[in-house]
Amino acid sequence: MNMKELKFKQKSRLWEFLGEKFIAVNAFVALIAIILIFIFIFKEAVPIFTDPEIREEVTLGKMVFKQEFYEGRDAKWSWQPNSEVPKYSLFALFIGTLKAAIIAMLFAIPLGIGAAIYSSEFAGKRMREIIKPVIELLAGIPSVVLGFFALIVLATFLQNLFGLTFRLNALNAGIALGIAIIPIIFTVAEDAMTSVPRSLREAATALGANQWQVSLTVVLPAALPGLSAGVVLGFGRAIGETMIVLLASGNAAIISANFVDSVRTFSATIAAELAEVVFGSGHYSVLFFIGSLLFVFTFIINFSGDMLLTRIKSRFQGKMN
Amino acid sequence: MKNLLITMMLILFGAANLMSGSAVTIKGSDTLVRLGQRWAEEYMKNNPEAVIQVSGGGSGTGIAALLNGSTDVCEASRDMKEKEYKLAEKKGIKPYRVSVALDGIAVFLNESNKVKNLNFAQLKGIYTGAITNWKEVGGNDTRIIIYGRENNSGTYSFFKKQVLNKEDYSDYTQTLPGTAAVVNAVSKDKNGIGYGGIAWAKGVKFAAVAKNEDGKYVIPSLETVSNGSYPISRDLYWFFNGKPEGELKKLVNWVLSEEGQKVAEEIDYVPLSKERAKASLVK
Repeated sequence: MNMKELKFKQKSRLWEFLGEKFIAVNAFVALIAIILIFIFIFKEAVPIFTDPEIREEVTLGKMVFKQEFYEGRDAKWSWQPNSEVPKYSLFALFIGTLKAAIIAMLFAIPLGIGAAIYSSEFAGKRMREIIKPVIELLAGIPSVVLGFFALIVLATFLQNLFGLTFRLNALNAGIALGIAIIPIIFTVAEDAMTSVPRSLREAATALGANQWQVSLTVVLPAALPGLSAGVVLGFGRAIGETMIVLLASGNAAIISANFVDSVRTFSATIAAELAEVVFGSGHYSVLFFIGSLLFVFTFIINFSGDMLLTRIKSRFQGKMN
Repeated sequence: MKNLLITMMLILFGAANLMSGSAVTIKGSDTLVRLGQRWAEEYMKNNPEAVIQVSGGGSGTGIAALLNGSTDVCEASRDMKEKEYKLAEKKGIKPYRVSVALDGIAVFLNESNKVKNLNFAQLKGIYTGAITNWKEVGGNDTRIIIYGRENNSGTYSFFKKQVLNKEDYSDYTQTLPGTAAVVNAVSKDKNGIGYGGIAWAKGVKFAAVAKNEDGKYVIPSLETVSNGSYPISRDLYWFFNGKPEGELKKLVNWVLSEEGQKVAEEIDYVPLSKERAKASLVK
């Protein structure tokens, strides 16, 4: 080894060392940022539990249960934070969030999974090379654009089609949300199905199964945790997505089982109200409380999605029962 | 690597210094932001040494910024709330309020709607949910679809105070982000009704509004709002921390001058009447 080589080696070691430290810092910055964000959001919500002045206006019980806001009138759930008698029933928002998310899932699951099955099992190589990137391109559409499309075009279309009373409603928002979710479900499900080991397919074919039987009775069950992971991750996005519902749902906090009524969701409520809320007020804390709820919801949902994905990996590596 | 970092930091600090130097920041109401920008442009044209930055975010955001000391001027489409005045006192900030322009709140109807006139009692009935059918106010036999602004906008509070006597909006009120979205929704919904600033309406018609049933029904316009005959109008404010002096005083007095008020009129805001503008001047 001559001097020149040695020098090069040392230099490259230094760079490797620096590079490694640099990416380690990056990883920790992301982790710490998430923890700090959660602490900040939760801290702003804490006065609901501690500040006596705010507790007069809003408590956990008032956010969950029916309240008799005016003497002599029926108890009800109502979201009217800027009222003489502020009303902070989260139940109405919860129903709204759920309604929009359910419609989104009903719309996106069949399309996303169906497309994944077609693309991984039946489409020719050429076709697959077109379908996959095009569907994944959907994920690149900014949600504000989708929301705007739903507000202007889709709402009118649906109203004329079904003769709806409300132009902006849960159905409209749900479908637009569904479009945003399809690529998530598709990508995860498709990856899960294509990564089912060839040996499984070959074994089934050798036993005389045709293509349909291979796909539906062998590949699909094997990839099931992956499909569920796609659905779960899609659901997480449906709960947290903001711009689409803000524009397309009508934002009226109505409690009903009707899927063509307007709905108001958690995320849209934060987006719409936080900008103008009186700093440090009860309303401010409630919005941060909603933020903490959303954070916990999506964390649990995404976490379980990841668990499912880990399971499918170990399943294909033969570690399963 | 290290040198690069240091240079970058120097550049950043330099930029921060430049910006904080003599710049005036204006922040607040989305209703006023367009006007604020035009005023800043015109003012900077006449006073090339002045640097003014204007941003929106909402009246509440602007007031919060004033209370935190992060803006020189707060634009607001509503007065500060009692809570905010208290908070200001706690933080040692003395809000100084100047009316800089007027705003009329129009009631929008779809162009195909038969209804032309609405009085306060009818509007209140519609927006609180007591009146749900257009038939009850002289229209077709169809359900009324109500649109409104988000519950923290100055327009929402103002309409609630002036027309609903502080009662709650109906739960069926669909709230949309921004007046433009309300106008768009009403223009597409033949049973829709909405409200918002008069500068915004495209593709909808204005309802003529009267305070009492037998009063005079007036269509909102620059004249009827400016002379006070249209019943739903409000002041738009600039707030300062303490009485403005120096550059700020010069700016606000220019805004209230004939020239400044003309700028407002050019982009469809309602100027103050001459007497009021004079009375508002900072001495």
